[in-house]
Amino acid sequence: MTDAPAPAISVRGLTKIYGDRAVVDHLDMDVPAGTIYGFLGPNGSGKTTTIRMMCGLLVPDDGEGSCLGYDIRTQSLNIKEHVGYMTQKFSLYEDLTIRENLDFMARMYRLKGRRKKVDLALEDLGLVDRQNQLAGTLSGGWKQRLALAACLLHEPRLLLLDEPTAGVDPKARRDFWDEIRQLAASGVTILVSTHYMDEAIQCDYIAYIAYGKKLISGRSAEIPDMIGLHTFRVEASDLTALEKVLREEPDVAQVARFGSVLHVSGTDLPALKALAKRYQNEGRGRWQEKPSELEEAFIYLMTGVRDNFAESSPEGDGN
Amino acid sequence: MISPARFIAVLVKEFIQMRRDHVTFAMMIGLPIVQLFLFGFAINSDPRNLPTLLELNDDGPIVRAIVSGLKTSDYYNFVGIETDPAKSALALRDGTANFVVVIPSNFERDVLRGRSPEILIDADAADPTALGGAVAALSGIVNIAVDQSMQGAARPMPSQAGPTQPFSIVVHREYNPEGKTATNIVPGLLAVILSMTMVLITAVAIVREREKGTMETLIASPVRPIEVMTGKIIPYILVGYVQTIVFLVAARLIFGVPFDGDPFAFFLGFNLYIVVNLALGFLISTVTRNQMQAMQISFFTILPSILLSGFMFPFAGMPAWAQTLGTAVPATHFLRIVRKIMLKGAGLPEITGDMLALGIIMVVIVTLAMLRYRQTLD
Repeated sequence: MTDAPAPAISVRGLTKIYGDRAVVDHLDMDVPAGTIYGFLGPNGSGKTTTIRMMCGLLVPDDGEGSCLGYDIRTQSLNIKEHVGYMTQKFSLYEDLTIRENLDFMARMYRLKGRRKKVDLALEDLGLVDRQNQLAGTLSGGWKQRLALAACLLHEPRLLLLDEPTAGVDPKARRDFWDEIRQLAASGVTILVSTHYMDEAIQCDYIAYIAYGKKLISGRSAEIPDMIGLHTFRVEASDLTALEKVLREEPDVAQVARFGSVLHVSGTDLPALKALAKRYQNEGRGRWQEKPSELEEAFIYLMTGVRDNFAESSPEGDGN
Repeated sequence: MISPARFIAVLVKEFIQMRRDHVTFAMMIGLPIVQLFLFGFAINSDPRNLPTLLELNDDGPIVRAIVSGLKTSDYYNFVGIETDPAKSALALRDGTANFVVVIPSNFERDVLRGRSPEILIDADAADPTALGGAVAALSGIVNIAVDQSMQGAARPMPSQAGPTQPFSIVVHREYNPEGKTATNIVPGLLAVILSMTMVLITAVAIVREREKGTMETLIASPVRPIEVMTGKIIPYILVGYVQTIVFLVAARLIFGVPFDGDPFAFFLGFNLYIVVNLALGFLISTVTRNQMQAMQISFFTILPSILLSGFMFPFAGMPAWAQTLGTAVPATHFLRIVRKIMLKGAGLPEITGDMLALGIIMVVIVTLAMLRYRQTLD
């Protein structure tokens, strides 16, 4: 990676074992400061555990690393002062009001001018006239906004967001991401775990993990090249039938449908080209090579992971 | 490093949550009162009015005096006179009578001749504590009856009073001259009820944070374990105060339990006891994963407080190993402190040993709790 800024998080060989299962297995990761870093992977792949280890909530069984220049093993208290951590599940007090929750968090970080900061946060949230409502009575989207506001009160330098938009409607999600981008622009480093593709695309960097192992990481734009995925765009009259046939082709790693076209991808370019030519000549669709994008890359990664569940090969060979 | 601001934050939050949780709050204040009334009146290790059957094999003035003595004693609820041994045995078996008092044949004559005849008491000893007082009272009744009916008559020689009155057992009841169980039970109840509410509520209050996920927020913030621990515990100390005040007032006004000792010594002792219990609740919360487990383990600690502490059964009467176990139970020591101060008029010097024991238990529990409560989610 060229001209990467100094990393906000840098971990090497991070490992966490529960029972006899390595939930996180020798993970290396560098999160450049001031960027939005997307942390992707299927459910149960170890994203939450990794995030918790990075901010000192869990002690790694092996490996080392630093977060904001502090050692993740020994200086977790310093890390906590400068990190905002938004948990996957709403974890503020449902039996406290909105204001009481913010006030509590402000006290936890010993903020100067607490009242003013809480007032400001309430204004930003647009919840001034509902400040005395119990947090438990808020809708999912509002809870998420409140949680974000609560972990921004102490102006953290690093924001860890663990699947922040799960169960939130699309409009609220878009607003949320607008805010995330503004924060990144103001210099906050953001590590966000997600399994929404449209969110992954918003990230500057991406790491993809499955079964505790990192499969790939890098700048978002470079990910498709790193995988070495080649894609053809296919227009045809009967997409469904064609899709079915293509799936049986050994040289085709995946077929993804995007509206009225198919994206057919594979790692073996000459074989794919030959296939395209053959189908084109048979009059089955109009084939056109296109650069692979993140969408294809992720679908490819996810398929590969599912197929390689038993063996733990780091990269799916796409069958 | 330790921040009063964060401690106060936890404290304030805890008070707000306590205020909002009406049911638990009502339980903390209401249940102890209910228990005090229920157990204060219900538990009686010196029961009266036990159903008694008299099996008469003789008749005469002494026997009649004994019968009327039994009838007037409130230990016995006189259910009848029987002459057939088989029937009286049946009454004992089916529970019609807890006692069968058997006056042997030729009783009158033998008494007059100074032969010291035996009165047989057939007692249903399935519940031994129920019978002790009544058995002891019987000998007194018989003695009085014999004495009264022989006044002016040919009395056995006074020098032979000992051998002719084998029933005469003198029972001294120190500190509780009326033998009222309430005087003993009520101070003990304070120990048991405090331990019940304090341990359970603290354990549940903390485990609830973990179950609801709010513990993750707490741990992700720079708050220190000691700040969480003290902030969460102090509101419940105040609850303990309220319980104790209610308790002392009720004990005095309703059960007439005296408070003869040093109030300051009591104050010290009960604060220490509350802290020990809260720390125990905290410790339980660190080893359990959900509220159900926390409740189970809390109840598990409550039984020893009742059964091994000397609350239900005399401590000295337990086997040595049980006494050793009982010594590790905080309630044992607080029970002694309360009984010594309230009933025996003790002050600080007399309770030093118990305070020391409580102190040691506290140090052990707090240390364990702090070791277990780590600032991680492991």
